[in-house]
Amino acid sequence: MAGVAEKEATAPSGAVASSSSPAIHTVELTKRFGGTVALAGLSMTVPRGEIFGFLGPNGAGKTTAVKLLLGLLAPTSGEAWVLGQPAGNLGTRRRIGYLPELFRYQSWLSAREVLAMHCELAPLPRSTWKEEIDRTLTTVGLAERGRDRVGTFSKGMQQRLGLGVALLGKPDLVFLDEPTSALDPVGRHDVRGIIRELAARGTAVFLNSHLLSEVEQVCDRVAVVDHGRVIAGGTMQELLTGSAVRVRVTGLTADGHSSLESFGPMDVEGEQITFTKLSADRVPELVSEMVKLGGRVFEVVPRHQTLEDRFLQLLDED
Amino acid sequence: MPALPPVLVIARLTVQEASRRRLLLALVILTLIVVGISAWGFYKISTVTGPNGKPPSHEEVIIVSSQLLIFVTFVYSGVLALSAAVVAGPLISNEVESGLILSILARPVRRSEIVIGKWLGLAILVTIYAVGSAALEMTAVDWATTYVPPHPVELIIYVGLEGLALLSLGLLLSTRLSGITGGVIALVAWLMAWIGGIVGDIGTGLQNEAVQDVGIVSRLILPTDGLWRGAINAMEPDVILAQLRGAGAFARANPFAALDPPPVAFLLWVAVWFSLILFLSIWSFRTREI
Ligand SMILES: Nc1ncnc2c1ncn2[C@@H]1O[C@H](COP(=O)(O)OP(=O)(O)OP(=O)(O)O)[C@@H](O)[C@H]1O
Ligand SMILES: [Mg+2]
Repeated sequence: MAGVAEKEATAPSGAVASSSSPAIHTVELTKRFGGTVALAGLSMTVPRGEIFGFLGPNGAGKTTAVKLLLGLLAPTSGEAWVLGQPAGNLGTRRRIGYLPELFRYQSWLSAREVLAMHCELAPLPRSTWKEEIDRTLTTVGLAERGRDRVGTFSKGMQQRLGLGVALLGKPDLVFLDEPTSALDPVGRHDVRGIIRELAARGTAVFLNSHLLSEVEQVCDRVAVVDHGRVIAGGTMQELLTGSAVRVRVTGLTADGHSSLESFGPMDVEGEQITFTKLSADRVPELVSEMVKLGGRVFEVVPRHQTLEDRFLQLLDED
Repeated sequence: MPALPPVLVIARLTVQEASRRRLLLALVILTLIVVGISAWGFYKISTVTGPNGKPPSHEEVIIVSSQLLIFVTFVYSGVLALSAAVVAGPLISNEVESGLILSILARPVRRSEIVIGKWLGLAILVTIYAVGSAALEMTAVDWATTYVPPHPVELIIYVGLEGLALLSLGLLLSTRLSGITGGVIALVAWLMAWIGGIVGDIGTGLQNEAVQDVGIVSRLILPTDGLWRGAINAMEPDVILAQLRGAGAFARANPFAALDPPPVAFLLWVAVWFSLILFLSIWSFRTREI
């Protein structure tokens, strides 16, 4: 097995290390664990300064993709460039921030000490540490707790600290693997603000998530993965073209549900049925069909497709 | 002040963890207790009265003290080996399992720097502990009986190297196996090496080459027993060495006796062994997927 990190090789022609090279570029990136295909031929490009959402259900291969891009895993085949250099390049790691999905920091150190250690490893000039640490703690809302041991932190506070570690030193690219999994609604709101600020100053953000509303609110572009393959991608406008219809109906049998399949993919949640890809002009037809099947219709709400509608629809088709 | 190289940052972090987790404090307290008790024991040797109603002669005190010190050192080197294995076993594996290593690996730090840094941090601790506690114990024995082993510096070096060997083995296992598994394997290996050494001695006594080779091979795989023999040799007073030489080949079949200091070839092998283990650890960690 080849070493997974510390590749010093230079990028091929065309992907030179300059600020014009994309933040991330992959070609047929594939990772297998024994018989499991975690990532099957991922090809994508994330431009500099963009907020890129990487969506997918559990086990889709999101974390695997991030670890491959950081050089923590060696690809089975395919290639990946990060900031113009091969993934895992030592020098490039100076300009990258990473919040792992499994975020854990030295419990015997204080938050300030953890940040100082990362400043030292980054490495940032010593004279800037104090300001950098103060600024970071304030950004992630831990200004009051900087001198406390990480071991005494709640889970959400540890994730905030992890976010702080990822932000240190104004990186060019930040990988956030489900950055709000442990955060309260206020924290989630804050994180959206932080991500927008990063993008505003030119940092590209690679955001792994299955919190669709979150992605919908901040991302410039998204890719939806399932079983290691990208099944859809593009800007939010490109992705969310269709419209959806939500109906509240009672009295439908299972047979009744299945005879509604001609109206496209449905998501049934008790009395609520969402037709994730149905245009508004078919609503009268839908309602009369439901009534014919013995259903009692209480509410019909046609709306623009949300990312969740589209996501469910895509997984249904996949 | 320029930034510290990553190796030293990792080494400092390792020492810091041991001290913040009160490992150092616990070791210091335990050492003081053990040294206190053994000092009292040694003091008793020189004051007890024999069947003839007289205290033992100076000669007798030296002989008994030297043998008792060998035994105390054996137990103590066992404790050092155990501590080194238990601390080194989870050193990398725990950080991989908990995810602690992820954010560090995303920094411009080579994996070799992490392995060497951790080894260095723990090696500093083992060395300080070995030197400090051995010096303390010898001072206590000197105070109680006026006995000082013939080669105190060599004694400390051999015992310290034994701890370092266990630490290196534990760290190597830690790059792939879980903390408990690695620690247990390292300890069992240490025990096997000790037994292998005894078997080899018996081979020498029987003048059976095949059995003798068991000892040699086990010493090559894990040199702890060879180092331990070096430590014993550094503690044997000339009187006893002369007696042992007179007793013939069978006298060598004794795990608490060593006639000669370790040969230079063995010491060279120890140096090679350390580099080999460290190299293997780096290779093993570099190729590990996290
Ligand atoms: N170390 C590993 N060994 C074996 N299989 C693995 C390993 N890591 C991941 N996998 C497999 O690869 C696939 C993708 O896993 P991955 O962690 O990338 O999913 P994910 O999209 O991040 O999921 P989640 O949303 O649950 O975090 C899964 O089928 C998983 O079982
Ligand atoms: Mg994941």
